[in-house]
Amino acid sequence: MMTAIPVTLIGGYLGAGKTTLVNSLLRNAAGRRLAVLVNEFGALPIDADLIEARDDNLISISGGCICCSFGSDLVAALIELKAGDRQIDHLLIETSGVALPGSIVQSIALLPGLVMDGVVVLADAETVEARARDRYVSDTVRAQLAAADIILLNKIDLVSSERAAATLRWLCHAAPDVRILSVQHAGVASDIVLGRHPQTWRKDSQIGFATHQAADYDVVTLEVDGSRDAEGLARALSDPRLGLLRAKGFVRGLDGKLVTLHVVGRRFRVEPAPSWIEGPGRLVCIGVAAEMDRAAINRSLS
Amino acid sequence: MITIYQARKIVTMNPSRSLATHVAVRDGMILGAGDLEELTGWGEYGLDRTFADKFLLPGLVEGHSHVAEGVQWRFVYCGYFDRIDPDGINWHGLKTVEDVLARLSVVNVGLADPKQPLTGWALDPIYFDNRRVTRQDLDRVTAARPIGIMHASGHIMNVNSRALELAGMLRTGIDHPGIPLGGDGLPTGEIKGPDAMTPLGPHVGLDRGLLASDEPGLRAFARLCVRKGVTTAADLANLLPQPAVEMMLKVTGEDGFPARIASLRVARDVSPAVLIERALELRALSSDRLRLGAVKVVVDGSIQGFSARLLAPGYYNGAANGLWYVAPEQLREIFERALAAGVQVHSHTNGDEATELVLDTLELALRNYPSPDHRFTLQHCQLAHAAQFRRMRALGLCVNLFPNHHFYWGDQHYALTVGPERAERMNACATALASGVPLAIHSDAPVTPLGPLFTAWCAVNRQTCSGRILGLHERISVDDALRTITLGAAYTLGLDGEVGSIECGKRADFAVLDDDPTEIGGAHLKDVGIWGTVLAGRIFAAATI
Repeated sequence: MMTAIPVTLIGGYLGAGKTTLVNSLLRNAAGRRLAVLVNEFGALPIDADLIEARDDNLISISGGCICCSFGSDLVAALIELKAGDRQIDHLLIETSGVALPGSIVQSIALLPGLVMDGVVVLADAETVEARARDRYVSDTVRAQLAAADIILLNKIDLVSSERAAATLRWLCHAAPDVRILSVQHAGVASDIVLGRHPQTWRKDSQIGFATHQAADYDVVTLEVDGSRDAEGLARALSDPRLGLLRAKGFVRGLDGKLVTLHVVGRRFRVEPAPSWIEGPGRLVCIGVAAEMDRAAINRSLS
Repeated sequence: MITIYQARKIVTMNPSRSLATHVAVRDGMILGAGDLEELTGWGEYGLDRTFADKFLLPGLVEGHSHVAEGVQWRFVYCGYFDRIDPDGINWHGLKTVEDVLARLSVVNVGLADPKQPLTGWALDPIYFDNRRVTRQDLDRVTAARPIGIMHASGHIMNVNSRALELAGMLRTGIDHPGIPLGGDGLPTGEIKGPDAMTPLGPHVGLDRGLLASDEPGLRAFARLCVRKGVTTAADLANLLPQPAVEMMLKVTGEDGFPARIASLRVARDVSPAVLIERALELRALSSDRLRLGAVKVVVDGSIQGFSARLLAPGYYNGAANGLWYVAPEQLREIFERALAAGVQVHSHTNGDEATELVLDTLELALRNYPSPDHRFTLQHCQLAHAAQFRRMRALGLCVNLFPNHHFYWGDQHYALTVGPERAERMNACATALASGVPLAIHSDAPVTPLGPLFTAWCAVNRQTCSGRILGLHERISVDDALRTITLGAAYTLGLDGEVGSIECGKRADFAVLDDDPTEIGGAHLKDVGIWGTVLAGRIFAAATI
């Protein structure tokens, strides 16, 4: 059976930094073969120096990545993308500035061969509060934020630190339980948006940082012995009080079989582990250093 | 060579000479309308008495349809109401689920390829006392090939088990608001909303069919125009890639092609800058029978799909407000670039909040780019209130309202979507005219059947299919309705100097009628017999098209 391709939605209102994030992820793909679907009225969404070739609606990007745009028909674009036996490690969907991620998540769930990994929504620190009060787009912006697993509060370098802190407090209220990361230039470690690079599971290398990160991440690696309720563990790790942005691991389920466990902010899923995974259960957790509660993480394991 | 056509009566829409008996035509152009004596001064002529017992109106103008109507007829018609196809066959309305299954079964037997999907359209179970159609129903037609039936609203479809299976959706555990589950935990086969429908579309022959047409589809659409007295029809949302434009130029340029098509580039897939640049390119490609260069923007969704953006207090049944399909900033950029380039924009707004956004945005854009006679048009604009019509007038906006909606869904709007008061004021034709807003009315074919005289009947009577008169105050007169489906619609397309009335210097486009629409009475306007059309002096009889 083919492994399902994990899908990350990149949402947020017009101008929040979605395209910047996509380009940053492409630059820091580090061998991951990313496919990007963009649905926007905007100009060409990919930085010119990343483009290797353009074929009609499909852009080939250095490092084996591709990008194509879709109009109203996401499914048709997905079918086009899958054609030609392309290897895709991770699919990014950059939504339109007024799209509601929630409904796209529901549609992804209907498509075989795809599995939702997470919803990352960008918020422009300069404008998000005003947009959330706007006569026309208030409910749209609030619904976008509420649908996020992780919010990137972007452009904090463009406002005072007091203002950034106030906006962060407002966001915590507007989108309760959503993990929020303050960033500039949409800079965030690829591992946070995309999960750990598949290859790093063999050699326990360091987390790869994108440039301009505004937060200091910490990585906690844990051994998980014995059989346990994997879904219960995943749910526990998605508790906002632990302060995790992402966790991934392999644990032995109650039936003794190894499963893969993914946590992206408050979203989690458990699936059968790839056959090449062996050995003891282990777990890697990523979060902002100052926010991770190691004791709580350890407690969730026991 | 001059031909003078004699008719029993010619209703010209030219106020200085509103009635005539003869019209003189040379090289597709009207030389004049009047009595025979007045017209003989143009020179040697031949008298054509083909229409001696007929009534001529300016060729009818459909201001909002889709040429895809011509493609729909390849699918099985499953509608509740009788509907005439491009070949003139009257497909009887299907009054029960059993009737629908019976028609599908007949077609199924005739399909040779066992993998070919069986596709239907225009189903409306609302009229079956809301007896929902299920996959088990459709499985009785066939379980071997996939079946997909699009509902009349375009927002729901029904599929059989095989279609679900092919889409990987015949399974338990589906959690989607658009996919109701049966007692067995499997989908019932009713699929609601575009998000849920798209994964199934390719398996049932309904993928991305709505906007596109092809050569036979375009010809079929034009044949339908002849049957309905239409000589100019707007194709309101087309992506217009170059190969499609070339195909449309070729087909509309064929000797026997009987209609003018105004095709609008829909704002999708490209940035506002590229959109307007393309509109200017398209404008330069226009021909007599294919008019290009205007742009369509979809601002919100539909009322019956609860995706239209409504002002407070919102939906009658408490549903959450609808969706924006364009961000306000993007709309502003499209408007400003269009005004700067002299490109006309038609904006789809169903809900009154979407209309309000267009009014606000255009007001700001016009400050930067003052443009007398921009002729931007609001399309559907079904829920606009009186103050909004006054602003339309002030801003120079035209409106193209959707009276057919009353007949088909007025009862649902009354009971469910917007409630009695707004259902009565919806599609406020009388308010538009009283406010001095240039008015057109439309069918949105294939959403409702093409037929401006039927649309005029809807605007004159405001009767729903249950017989309720919905909004007495917004009814308009027969004269106003006839003017709206000719000159009114032509104005919104920027073609009123060429078509829409029968007078000297205009194109010789006529609707040829068996009955006099000005005498038959408003209650019977939809029953006016249509003999055919004349396009640029060429005669097209519905009976032989």
